[in-house]
Amino acid sequence: MRAALIPRALFALYLLAFFVYLFAPLAIMGAATFNDSRFPTVTPWRGTTLKWFEELWADRAMWRSLGTSMIVAAGVVAVALPAGTAAALVLTSLNARARGFLYALMVSPLLTPGVVIGIATLVLWRQLGVGGGVVLIVLAQSSFVIAYVMLMVAARLQRFDRAQEEAALGLGASKFMVFRRVLLPFLRPALIAAGFIAFLQSVENYNTTLFVRGLDTPLTVYIATKVRTGLTPAVNALGLILIVATVLGAAAFEVARRRRARNEG
Amino acid sequence: MRELFDRFGAGLGALFAALVAVWLAGLVLAPNLMMIDFALRPNLPPSALGGPEDGWTMGNIAYLAGEPVHRAIFFKTVWASALVTALTFVVCYPLAFWLAQRASPNQVALAILALTIPFWINEVLRTLAWYIILAYRGPLNEALMGLGLLSAPVRWFGDGGVLAGMVYAYILFMLFPIYNAIESLEKAQIEAARDLGASTARIHARIVIPHAKAGVATGCVFTFMLAAGSYVAPSLLGSPGSRWFTEIIYNWFFEGGDWNRGAAYALVLLVLCLAVVLLTLKLFRVNLADVAK
Amino acid sequence: MSQSVALIDVGMTFGAARAVGGVSFTVPGGEFFSILGPSGCGKTTILRMIAGFLEPTEGRVEIGGRDMAGLGPNQRPTAMIFQSLALFPLMSVRDNIAFGLEARGVDRKTRRAKADALLALIALEGYGERMPGELSGGQRQRVAIARALAVEPEVLLLDEPLSALDLKLRQHMRAELRALQRRTGVTFIYITHDQSEALAMSDRVAVMSAGVLQQVATPEALYANPATPFVAGFVGENNAFQGVVVDMGEGMAALDTRAGRLTGRAGPGLARGAMATLYVRPEALSADPGRRDADGNAVRATVERLDFEGAFALLHARREDGAPLVVSTPGARLAETPQPGAAALFGFSARDAVALPGAPDHA
Repeated sequence: MRAALIPRALFALYLLAFFVYLFAPLAIMGAATFNDSRFPTVTPWRGTTLKWFEELWADRAMWRSLGTSMIVAAGVVAVALPAGTAAALVLTSLNARARGFLYALMVSPLLTPGVVIGIATLVLWRQLGVGGGVVLIVLAQSSFVIAYVMLMVAARLQRFDRAQEEAALGLGASKFMVFRRVLLPFLRPALIAAGFIAFLQSVENYNTTLFVRGLDTPLTVYIATKVRTGLTPAVNALGLILIVATVLGAAAFEVARRRRARNEG
Repeated sequence: MRELFDRFGAGLGALFAALVAVWLAGLVLAPNLMMIDFALRPNLPPSALGGPEDGWTMGNIAYLAGEPVHRAIFFKTVWASALVTALTFVVCYPLAFWLAQRASPNQVALAILALTIPFWINEVLRTLAWYIILAYRGPLNEALMGLGLLSAPVRWFGDGGVLAGMVYAYILFMLFPIYNAIESLEKAQIEAARDLGASTARIHARIVIPHAKAGVATGCVFTFMLAAGSYVAPSLLGSPGSRWFTEIIYNWFFEGGDWNRGAAYALVLLVLCLAVVLLTLKLFRVNLADVAK
Repeated sequence: MSQSVALIDVGMTFGAARAVGGVSFTVPGGEFFSILGPSGCGKTTILRMIAGFLEPTEGRVEIGGRDMAGLGPNQRPTAMIFQSLALFPLMSVRDNIAFGLEARGVDRKTRRAKADALLALIALEGYGERMPGELSGGQRQRVAIARALAVEPEVLLLDEPLSALDLKLRQHMRAELRALQRRTGVTFIYITHDQSEALAMSDRVAVMSAGVLQQVATPEALYANPATPFVAGFVGENNAFQGVVVDMGEGMAALDTRAGRLTGRAGPGLARGAMATLYVRPEALSADPGRRDADGNAVRATVERLDFEGAFALLHARREDGAPLVVSTPGARLAETPQPGAAALFGFSARDAVALPGAPDHA
């Protein structure tokens, strides 16, 4: 037992260092929001203030970019949910070989670097006469967000008892009614989760968005530009708000998921 | 395909098939094919389009091979991405092992929750956090000087900063596949090995890692690809001496005005990632089906 | 009166495998009809062909005299109860029951009323708002039945509905299903591998093995007059004596077996000089010399084990040719039966034995 103490102490140190490494940047970024220093930092501490929040609130470019991000995210969710669901359903209806091939094709956007997706989209639509902008961002992001939705819906679909569909048919339901009243309600939890994920993926995407944005500025691009051209802790304030919102959202999501899992038995 | 229409009827079946076709053909295949097409064509003014010079050529790629600065940056990116992958692996492996085999379920739940939080925040903000830490007069330097480890502040921006920021960004992508893979290893095997007198190093090398090789392969592949294709970390945390391949690509599009060349460079990046994927799969003797997210 | 179901020369081939072949039978309207057989015999395939989930590759299915070819499950006058019940977990019990009505476009008020009436029929009033996950196995059974009855089917198809229930519940549900069928007059087609279940509930039973229809008859006829070796061995217990037919006449046959010359009723397809098997039920054998037949049917065997089961006792003995012999005797007569270790002569009446061509079917 004694011999194991040294590695154990070492491991404890490793764990500590790991989690400090993980959280220190966020903690410092959050703390810097309250420091009265034009360059975001915690050293030296020039005094506690809330003025950066005010600067953020007054920043109209920020609000515009937030709006752009919301519109793009809404578009992506609207496109990705139906397409991803369709993809999952089509996959289950194929024989093993076709399924393997199609699956690889569907998952390929997830294995492609974001910049490549952005460039490929930009280049294609330029030939068709469409330039960068919100529509192109939606198209580019959708190419891989649909894959995420497909994976989530497919996982849920695997647990579906097909006998329910047969029972419904046997009772006289049309195939559309079977889909609408039996399969879709079953998929609902996965669709909600997938919509949530799709929204987040869209808002936080940068690499792909960078190439297809044209003259529009979603939030991530706005932040990156601000960092390089006019960095003040107002950006930190934005970051802090987003962190808190995300943590609360994730917590709420987790609570809801646990409650639903308990109810479904 | 018939099963699709049998199950959902003609209307819904056609709708689903159409959606998938539009996605795969229009949003996945067509853009990539067009990019390849662009990559292989020279950058011509509108008047020369359709003329004698408008054909496929390896010219753009040859340019990359010939241009010393870009070539150097390309290889530097590859080498640095591999370094990031290796570092991330070393950083993550002990934790992945501990989570999979030693930690109690409560500890696992807590740890996973703690790990996921930074990743709910987008990478620009995360990189910004490092930007603040690594600043010349920033907290890291102040802390190190305060502890007496440094006599003067260090300029972290550059290779070191980019490395630190990237490892930070890709921890989760390395951790989870390995954790999942190790979790399926029955504890009894490790105990049996220890009982037979094997050292810790041997246990890991000969039992744990071979079992988890699909997870290790997945983690390494994803980390490498993300690193090679990364944009934010190199551009925010880098210095002129640590430029990244993606930055050159960006410049070709939005500063150099040569989309063809930019597409060619992007194609090279894509081929690089594909090669890494296939190489890793072959090296680890894993097939694509095992690399499930 | 409910409609009849007819299968005419029905066959089903999946790829290279022939699951079912040459099956023909007719179920008159209002009958409780069972299809009995071991797993893999093709009974589920037949049920699914009647329901419309499969189209036969040969022959045709008629319901009420109409050819059902090309009609999907939602277009046939049938309703099916699945082995897993397949209740809709996200709908309430009432919505489950009313589903078929909803599919027919019945308005909400009428649907509710009908569903409530059915809930009363299955003795689950007040359970309308519950979810299927909250019910016990037996209750879910009844909801599945109510759901099927709600669409007023001409034919109700039941796929081993009781196999997942425990013994007590199964026996209770057997009686309930039988009563329900009599009360509603709907044609029931019931598949099971449990022969006591089939015999107890049905008006007639079709016995199937390896995709081939063996015999269709009332339970009593199946028991007393099995038409094939498979039926003889599958329905109830039977002792089999293999031999050669040496004499035939007046509906009786004599076989020369290793246990001696034995006589019994002649089954279909017997021929003089051919190989045949004589089947004798355990309860037809007796060690009591006074009860033996003038035919002289007697088998010598050594008792190995006695299983006293209350109402009756099972003697397990070994014949001279090495094959086992099972004899059943009323529990009250236990004192008169030979004990383990004793050799005895067991006799039976020729009227209680059936001779069928071929060897015993051990499938």
